[in-house]
Amino acid sequence: MSSDVPTTTSTITAAGAAAKASVAGVPHEPGVAKPDAILTVDHVTRRFGGMTAVDVQHLEVQRGIITALIGPNGAGKTTFFNLITGFDKPSSAPKLIGGPKAGEAAKSSFNGNEVGNIGATKVAKQGMVRTFQLTKALSKLTVLENMRLGAKDQPGENLFVAMVKPLWAKREAEITLKAEDLLARFKLLEKKDDMAGSLSGGQKKLLEMARALMSDPVMIMLDEPMAGVNPALTQSLLGHIQALRDDGMTVLFVEHDMHMVRHISDWVVVMAEGRVVAEGPAGTVMDDPAVIDAYLGAHHNTDLGDDSLLTDEVAEELAAEVTAEETAEGKA
Amino acid sequence: MTTLTVPKRPEGRVRVWRLAAMIMMAITAVLLLVGLGTTPAFATTTPPPTAAAACATSATTGCLQGTIKLPSGDPAVGIKLEIKGGDLDTVATTGSDGKWSQAITVAGPYTINLDTSSIPDGAVLDSAAKNPATVNGALNKNVGFVFKIVGGTTAEDGTTTQTPTTDASTGVSFDRFLQQLVSGIRLGLLLALAAVGLSLIFGTTGLSNFAHGEQVTLGGLLAYLFANVLGLNLILAAVISVAICAATGYFQDTAIWKPLRRRGLGTTQLMIVTIGLSIALQYAFQYFLGASTVRIDMANPVTVQLGPVALSQQSLVSMAIAIVVIALVGFVLVKTRIGRATRAVSDNPSLAAASGIDVDRIIRLVWTSATALAGLSGVLLGLVLNGVNWQTGLQLLLLMFAAITLGGLGTAFGALAGAMIIGLVVELTNLVLPGDFKYATALVILILVLLVRPQGIFGRRERIG
Amino acid sequence: MDQFLTTLVAILNSAISPQTAALAIAAIGLNIHFGYTGLLNFGQAGFMLIGAYAFAISIIGGLPIILAFLIALVAAVLFALILGIPTLKLRGDYLAIVTLSAAEIVRMVGRSSLLTNITGGSNGITGNEYRGPFTDLSFFGDGRIDFGPWNYDATGSNGWWFIATAWFVVALLCLFVWAIMRSPWGRVLRGIREDEDAVRALGKNVYSYKMQALILGGVIGAIAGVVYILPASLQADSMGRSMTYFIFTALLLGGAATVFGPVLGAIVFFALRLLVQGLAGQFVPGTIMNGQQTEQFAWIVIGITLMLVVIFRPQGILGNKKELSFDVK
Repeated sequence: MSSDVPTTTSTITAAGAAAKASVAGVPHEPGVAKPDAILTVDHVTRRFGGMTAVDVQHLEVQRGIITALIGPNGAGKTTFFNLITGFDKPSSAPKLIGGPKAGEAAKSSFNGNEVGNIGATKVAKQGMVRTFQLTKALSKLTVLENMRLGAKDQPGENLFVAMVKPLWAKREAEITLKAEDLLARFKLLEKKDDMAGSLSGGQKKLLEMARALMSDPVMIMLDEPMAGVNPALTQSLLGHIQALRDDGMTVLFVEHDMHMVRHISDWVVVMAEGRVVAEGPAGTVMDDPAVIDAYLGAHHNTDLGDDSLLTDEVAEELAAEVTAEETAEGKA
Repeated sequence: MTTLTVPKRPEGRVRVWRLAAMIMMAITAVLLLVGLGTTPAFATTTPPPTAAAACATSATTGCLQGTIKLPSGDPAVGIKLEIKGGDLDTVATTGSDGKWSQAITVAGPYTINLDTSSIPDGAVLDSAAKNPATVNGALNKNVGFVFKIVGGTTAEDGTTTQTPTTDASTGVSFDRFLQQLVSGIRLGLLLALAAVGLSLIFGTTGLSNFAHGEQVTLGGLLAYLFANVLGLNLILAAVISVAICAATGYFQDTAIWKPLRRRGLGTTQLMIVTIGLSIALQYAFQYFLGASTVRIDMANPVTVQLGPVALSQQSLVSMAIAIVVIALVGFVLVKTRIGRATRAVSDNPSLAAASGIDVDRIIRLVWTSATALAGLSGVLLGLVLNGVNWQTGLQLLLLMFAAITLGGLGTAFGALAGAMIIGLVVELTNLVLPGDFKYATALVILILVLLVRPQGIFGRRERIG
Repeated sequence: MDQFLTTLVAILNSAISPQTAALAIAAIGLNIHFGYTGLLNFGQAGFMLIGAYAFAISIIGGLPIILAFLIALVAAVLFALILGIPTLKLRGDYLAIVTLSAAEIVRMVGRSSLLTNITGGSNGITGNEYRGPFTDLSFFGDGRIDFGPWNYDATGSNGWWFIATAWFVVALLCLFVWAIMRSPWGRVLRGIREDEDAVRALGKNVYSYKMQALILGGVIGAIAGVVYILPASLQADSMGRSMTYFIFTALLLGGAATVFGPVLGAIVFFALRLLVQGLAGQFVPGTIMNGQQTEQFAWIVIGITLMLVVIFRPQGILGNKKELSFDVK
C-alpha cells in the first residue's frame, strides 16, 4: 500500500516548513495544548445505546497546519467529525435538566467562538466547512451551480431580493468568476455545464472540495478525501490539500490508512475506540505503542462498525480503560 | 432494494407457504369456532316482535329498510318516511323497535324523505345526514338506509340546533364512559388488524401504502358480495373474502411492486403510485357497487348487554376474532423463523439479504398477509358498523397512519399499541365533543406526540454516523 | 359526431374555467414544495380550504375584499408555521403525515355542526354570500361575450370576469415562480431537494429555507382556494384529500419542477377526464356503462394515468429527466 503513495507530494514548501515548525516543540501526547489552537474540543462524548462511539476529553488543533485524524475502522473519526461540525449532538451536551455537571459538559470553541451547540449551519458560517465521506455533490445541479451554491454573502438568497434580478446579478457575476477560477484550478472547468451526477467519484470529491472553498473557509474539514478516488487522482488531491495549507487555511482531515497521510500532514491525531490515543508528527507517531496497539492490538481483527460487536463487554472494557487512565492522570 | 441474490432454499419456500396456509386455516378455524360458539354462549336479549310489517325479498320484490334510533340508543318509534320512486309514493313508519321497511317491486332509485316533524322533542336529524336521501332499490335484495338522529332542539321557524353532546350539561356518566371505552377497544382492535399490515409493508419495503384503505374496503365489499348478493353462509363468505384479499396482495407484489423495486423506483415515487392505485380502486368500487352503503349481514344486529355496556353480537365476535388473529400475528413474528426473518428485513434489508434471507420472498409474504389482514379488518368493520361503502377504508387510512406513526414507523407492535390508543381516543372523544371531531382529536394527538417524541412511542431514535 | 363535438366543447370550456385555473394555482404552490424543495406536502387542499374560509368569512363579516384576501394569505402563513415548526427538522415522511392530518382536521372542523353559524357546517357557504364584492369590481360590463367556442356572461359567476382574473393570477404566479427559481434562492431550494446535509455544510440555514418554501407554496395554495370558491360555493368536502391527490396528479402530469408544468397538468387533467368520459359515453352502450359509470370510469383512468406517469415518465410532459430528482429524504 505504501508503495502507491506518490512521493512527489512530500516536497516541502516554505509554508509547509513553517507549519511543521509551529508544532515542533509540542510534546507528543494525547490532548496536548498547542501554541496557537484554532479549534479546542472538551468533553465530547457520543453514545449509541450502550456503546460509546466517541469520548474525547480534550483536543486542540493548531492553526494553519494540516492535521490528520487517523485511526482504524470504527475508531469514531467520522462521528467525532459530525460532532464538531454540528451534524450530530454530543451525548454530553449541556441540557436544561439532567445534563452533565458544569465543567464536564461538551464544549468546543473555534477561532475564539463557542461552536459547541449551534448546529451545522452556524458552524459552517463561522468558517469551518466540511466535506463528506460519501460525496454529496448535488447530482441534479450543474457543476457550476454546485459551485455557486457554496458562496456566501449572496443577496439573491433572500426571497424578497431574489425576485428582482438586478439586485443580485452583480454578486452572481462575481461568484461565477470565482467559481470558474476554482474549477480551473481543480481541472473541472470544461465540465462546468455538466450535471454533477455525471462526474466520476474522484471528480465529485474535487468538486466538493472546490465548493467548500467557495465560502473562503478559515478551516476546512475533509472526511476521507481519498476514499474511492482512483490512484491517478490521489496525487493531485494530496497536492490540492497541501496548497490549501500554503494559502493559509487550516486543514483537518480524516483518513484510516495512516500511510496515506505521512507525506502531507504536519501533525497527526490518532483515535481508537472513540478516544484520542496519540498525537505527534507523522514520522514519529507511528512508533507510539498506543498506535501500534490501536492498529494491531487487542481488537486488531475486529471491526467496530459491526453492530454485533457493540456488546456490553466492549463498552465495559472501554469504561475500565477510561477509569484506569483517569486514575493515572489523577496521580500525575 | 437489495442487490444481493441469495441461493434459493426450496424447502424454505415450502415452509413459507405451509405457514401461510396454516395461518389461513387458523383464521378459518377461529372464525368458525367463534361464530358457532357465541350464539348460545351469551345471554342475548331477543328483539321485541317487529311492529312494522316484515318485508320478504323474492325475485320480484325487494326491500328498503332501516332502523332509526334516538340519541339515547332507544328505538325511535313513529318516525314517518316518505318514499317515492318506481311506482311508489307512500309513507313508512318506524315500529316499536325503530325499524321501518318498504317492499318494492321496481328496481331503481328511491327518494326517502324523513318527516322531521315526526322526530320527538329533544332530538333532531343529524345535520350531516342527507334528507331526502336517494337509495338504489333492487329486487331480491334488502337495501338499508340509516338516518341518524342526535340530540338537539327545533326552533319554531324550523331551524334546528344540534346539542354538541347528548348530556354535555349533565356531564359524562360513568356508564357512557364504559360504553365508549369498549367501543374504543373495538375500533382499536379492528384498526390494529389493518395497521399491522401497513406497518409491516412500511418496515420491509419503506413504502407508505396509500391504497391500504382500499384493501380494507375490498374485504368488506367482497363479504357483502358473497354473503348478501350470493347468499353464502356468513363465515364462508368471510373466509373467501379474506382469501381473495390475500391473493390481491400476492398478485399486486408480483405484478406491480416487485417489478418496480427492480426498476429502482424511489419510495416517494412508489408512494405516489399507491395514491394512483387508491384513486383507481375507489372509483372502481363505485363503478361496480355504487356509492351507497351496503350491508353484509341483513339480519338486524342482536344486542348483548354486558353490565352497563351494550354491544352487538357481531361486535363481540369481531373483537374476539381480532384478538386471536393479532395474537397469532404476534406469535408468528416473535417465535417463528419466518417472523424473525421478517423483522430482520424490516431492520436492515441488505444485511438480511447478506445473511441468507430471501428478501423478495419475505416481502411477498408480507404483502399477502397484510392484505389478508386488511381484508379481515374490512369484513369485521362491515359487520360492526352494520354496513360498508366505497370509502369505509379511506376514512380509516389516516387513522392507520396515525397509529403506526404513534407506535413508531415500521414496528409491528408499535402499530398495535398505536391503534389501540387511536381507537380509544376516537371513541372517548365522543364523550366530550360532537362526533364530527372524533377523528380530528386523534390527529391532533398524533401531531402533539410527534412534537415531543418524533420517533413514536416505541420507535428507536435512528442511528446517526 | 355530434357527441364528439359536445365532448370537444366541454373540454374547451373546462380548459379555461376558473376551476381549472384554481387547480393550476394550487399545483404551482405544490410545485414549490414538492417539485423544487422536495417537501412532501399532502395537505395542499388544507391550505386551499384555510384560504377559502378566511376569505369568505371575512367578507361575510363585512371586511373590504382586499383585506379579506390579505387575511386569507396570513391564515395560510400561520397554518404553514404550525405545520412546519414541528416537522421540518424531522424526516420527510413526518411532514407528509402531519400535513395530511392537518388538512383533514381543517376540513372536519370546518364541516363540524358546532361551527355552523360561521362555516356553514357540512353544507358550507353559498357563493352569493361572499361573491358580491368581487363581482362589483368587474369592469367587463353586463351582457354576454362570445369568443370562438366560448360564450359566457361578461360578469356573472362563471363568466368572463371570473375566468380572466383567475388566469391573470395564474400568469402572474408563473412569472413569479420563473423569477425566483432562477435566482440563488431557488438554487438553495434545489440543493435542499438533492441533499439537505450538503447545503447545511455550506452554511445555509436549511430549516429557514424549507419554512420559506412551505409558507410560499401554502400561500399560493390559499390563493387557489379563493379562486376556487369565487365562482362556486365553499364546501369543506370539496377540498378534501381527493383534491390534494388531484393537485399531485396535475403537477406530475405536467411536470414537477417546471414553470408551466402545473398549468399544463391542470388543463390536461380535466381534459383527459372529460375525454375519457365523452368517449366512453359515445362508444360504450348504455347497458354496459350508464351515465354515472362513465364518470367513474374516467376517474379510474385518471388513477391509472397517475400510476403510469410516475412509473414511466416521472418528469411529466414538460420536465427534463436529468434535472428532476424525485426522492425525498
